[in-house]
Amino acid sequence: MSGYRLPAGGRIDRSRAIAFTFDRRGYRGFEGDSLASALVASGVTLFGRSFKYHRPRGLLAAGVEEPNALVTVTRGTGRTTPNLRAPSVPLHGGLVAESQNRYPSLGFDLGAINDRLGAFFPAGFYNKTFMWPRSAWEKLYEPAIRRMAGLGESPTTRDADHYAATYAHCETLVVGGGPAGIDAALTAAEAGGRVILIDEGEEVGGGALADPGQWAWLADALARLAAMPNVRILSRTTAFGFYHQNFIGAVERLTDHLAPTDANGARERLWRIRAGEVVLAQGAIERPLVFDGNDIPGVMLAGAARTLALRYGVAVGRRVVVMAVHDSGWRDALALAEAGVVIAAIVDLRETVDAALLAAAKAAGIACHLGHAVTGVAGRKAVSGATIAPGGTGAAQRIACDALLMAGGWTPSVHLWSQARGPLRWDDSWGAYLPDKSIERVRCVGACSGDWDFGGGVAVAALPSAKPAHQQKAFVDYQNDVKSRDIELAVREGYRSIEHIKRYTTNGMATDQGKTSNLNGLRIASEALARPVTEVGLTTFRPPYTPQTFGALIGHHKDALFQPLRKTAIDDWAATNGAVFENVAQWRRARYFPQGGEDMHAAVARECRAVRDGVGMFDASTLGKIEVVGPDAAEFLNRMYTNPWKSLQPGRCRYGLLLREDGFITDDGVAGRMAEDRFHVTTTTGGAARVLAMMEDYLQTEWSDLDVWLTSTTEHWGVIAVQGPRARDVIAPLVEGIDLSPDAFPHMAVREGRICGAPTRLFRVSFTGELGFEINVPADDARMVWQAVHAAGQRFGITPYGTETMHVLRAEKGFIIVGQDTDGTVTPGDAGMDWAVGKKKPDFVGKRSMMRPDIVASGRKQLVGLLTEDPDEVLEEGAQIVADPNQPVPMTMLGHVTSSYWSATLGRSIALALVRDGRARTGETLHVPMPGKTIRAVVGPTVFYDAEGSRLND
Amino acid sequence: MLLIHCPYCDEDRAEVEFVYGGEAHIARPLDPSALDDTQWESYLYLRRNPRGRHHERWRHTYGCGRFFNAVRDTVSDVIETTYKAGEARR
Repeated sequence: MSGYRLPAGGRIDRSRAIAFTFDRRGYRGFEGDSLASALVASGVTLFGRSFKYHRPRGLLAAGVEEPNALVTVTRGTGRTTPNLRAPSVPLHGGLVAESQNRYPSLGFDLGAINDRLGAFFPAGFYNKTFMWPRSAWEKLYEPAIRRMAGLGESPTTRDADHYAATYAHCETLVVGGGPAGIDAALTAAEAGGRVILIDEGEEVGGGALADPGQWAWLADALARLAAMPNVRILSRTTAFGFYHQNFIGAVERLTDHLAPTDANGARERLWRIRAGEVVLAQGAIERPLVFDGNDIPGVMLAGAARTLALRYGVAVGRRVVVMAVHDSGWRDALALAEAGVVIAAIVDLRETVDAALLAAAKAAGIACHLGHAVTGVAGRKAVSGATIAPGGTGAAQRIACDALLMAGGWTPSVHLWSQARGPLRWDDSWGAYLPDKSIERVRCVGACSGDWDFGGGVAVAALPSAKPAHQQKAFVDYQNDVKSRDIELAVREGYRSIEHIKRYTTNGMATDQGKTSNLNGLRIASEALARPVTEVGLTTFRPPYTPQTFGALIGHHKDALFQPLRKTAIDDWAATNGAVFENVAQWRRARYFPQGGEDMHAAVARECRAVRDGVGMFDASTLGKIEVVGPDAAEFLNRMYTNPWKSLQPGRCRYGLLLREDGFITDDGVAGRMAEDRFHVTTTTGGAARVLAMMEDYLQTEWSDLDVWLTSTTEHWGVIAVQGPRARDVIAPLVEGIDLSPDAFPHMAVREGRICGAPTRLFRVSFTGELGFEINVPADDARMVWQAVHAAGQRFGITPYGTETMHVLRAEKGFIIVGQDTDGTVTPGDAGMDWAVGKKKPDFVGKRSMMRPDIVASGRKQLVGLLTEDPDEVLEEGAQIVADPNQPVPMTMLGHVTSSYWSATLGRSIALALVRDGRARTGETLHVPMPGKTIRAVVGPTVFYDAEGSRLND
Repeated sequence: MLLIHCPYCDEDRAEVEFVYGGEAHIARPLDPSALDDTQWESYLYLRRNPRGRHHERWRHTYGCGRFFNAVRDTVSDVIETTYKAGEARR
């Protein structure tokens, strides 16, 4: 193909030249060009190397269906986009584009050896060849395949752009701005509703842009639409997905058509559009013909050559041959001839064609070969001639040419229609599937509905040839390098469904999703199976219609906005005082407070000793809190939790254990009875929303007879835990209206009063095993109270501590963390918490399941303590536990370590573990195999410190 | 994204406001202890999973917070109707 710029014609602005580079070489085009049209005009024939065989590839199409001419466009650091289709890349000053999948250069590519070895790369090649040894896959096969196969390279630098998103609503959404879409938009707009017209092109107009006879009408129609206040036209916008109930996802490209220096603002905008009615006017895509050598650069679609000539003023070659099985090829040839392109011949498989077309071609001096087929193409990096033969098998003759156009008929674009679950029907005259009866409020107009006069044609699988299929390089899927013989091989190997044939051969699975290959693949499979196309099936259309950037889909939801970060009222203080944070269920929590270069180990050891020996303070504000209020509040909690609640007196607290209906622990927490009809229930930090939803579910749908109200108060209360032997001494001067003496305010009591002037619900509870208080104050007062407690505690050496110390202290006491020491398969019995289950209660959530056969059976995993023989050895959480370390792999695993810490208090390591029949193994030595060593540990009770609990009651 | 009619708010709202709640009209037995293991297993785990009309629970979690029932076709995803919790099966 030796393309050139025609002396006149096209919609380009010849007065405005634009400089750009392709593979680091400078070129010039005009305002209005696409990258493809400018390169073809400059005589470029080679656009890329194919996926598998590294065959030279040229331009095939003029739209988003382009499978070959994929380029990487770089617009500065962090602005590299691979796999863009050259016909869809608008030309702008300073455009930097590179070809892909070639080494060292497009013209000379080492990988092309694959093409010579093509016979060794049949369908399913990877599956068949690289099976053994398995270890070689990761180290040898995959890296090598990845280097050789594939398309553009994924950028590795951070995307420097930002992306916007918006919602829109309209009565009528029209997808596709060709003549049919514009007509539909005008009609809908005149009826008065809101109309949105979406078009993916640089210019709205679709097929009319390649038909100068329609330009005057197009300009007038677009002006009328633009003047209507109820119409919004979104050009450079791709409707990529059709979702339930007329919900359309679309991406508008805002800056990629501008020179990087002129690009301001968001790069793309995601539109989520809900439409009353959707009108699909997506047009049709021309089908390539399948014959030996149909991928040599210079072989392209007839319609694409027409678009290049009439829209861009570019001739695809100096001597062009058209291979047609459809009238549209004749029309394109005549239009090209009129535009000044030399048409050497029209070859048509049909014995007879429309007399008027034949007469017009002859009048234009074009040689016509009816009943002939192209059987071979001369050239490797560019077409130099075509071999044709009567019926594909007769006496061959050679025609010299530098471009060979294919007119294989048209495939209506039913992508969005199918995504909308619209039914399709096979139409023999189109040789394609057309939209059937309407669903929801969606309809198709124009070519995508089958309503456009392209003339007639025959639908063929592959062109006939005397050469057997397995000797041909006749491509079906250009982008994934699938040949007709691959599909035939798949059928011979037993594949019957088109969905399986597709996956085995990868036909239609490339980034173009088979826009040019699916129908040809289907026909070839149908012939090989000797079954009608409709019985072979049709592959599924899925979003996106064309590849979209992750940036557009993500929009603003990245970095700090990826998900909300919840902070307590005391968070700022912790940050100022050097806390190291960790995230827990979207909350940012202080993990420890290192001092003077301490590491975590040293800081946590110091914090632990402070709580055991003096006093510590901890921000527990993230605890979930639910206010349960109403005459039936106690009855409700009685049904929800395992524990008895009705007997609990106001002013007292109780630890509650919550099961799912299947009997497994799902949450826990302390609840205080504030009054006869009012409970302050706490949940785990991560379980707050789940527990409230579960309570609402039972209350609304099972026990609507109960008069109870539930309110989330998690963020209403700030919670300051003051823990340690000196806790009472610290808070006593700050508290008003509450007698703190042990008799008046015992362990597991709650009182209301004031602290530092703020109203408080003061709980005497402990998650550390020490004398402790949890000060609940309104969140707005929490920072003030925290600082006041901190100041008052100075003379007792009060020490702020974080979640890590909290974990160690509770583990020393054997207090479980739901979700760490339990995993959704642990019952109260497994956890050794039968004491928390109300034996006399007739029913509660999960009670019946505690009698299920598998739950009463022996051999369940039970929570136990583990002490390593070497006290300095800290086990890894998650490590597996076995009885016999010398047994062959795979070993019989008895359970795993759930919690493991260094205990500064005890001067040794401690661990909790779930172990099969664990409690019966007390005193037994078990083994924890680790890389390079096996650790011995002895099973014991879960409480490591102050087993009698005397310190709690001081 | 589905549009779902909340029978309490009497509004069509986007699916993101709702949370799916499994098959509808499975009442918790009034006296679970009276059930044998097979009956309890059936209550806990066994669901119809039909092709076609499916009665299911939704909660307008990010709206009014109420649970309600819907009849959805599992093939077309079309929601035929929604109705308040406690109302008769439709």
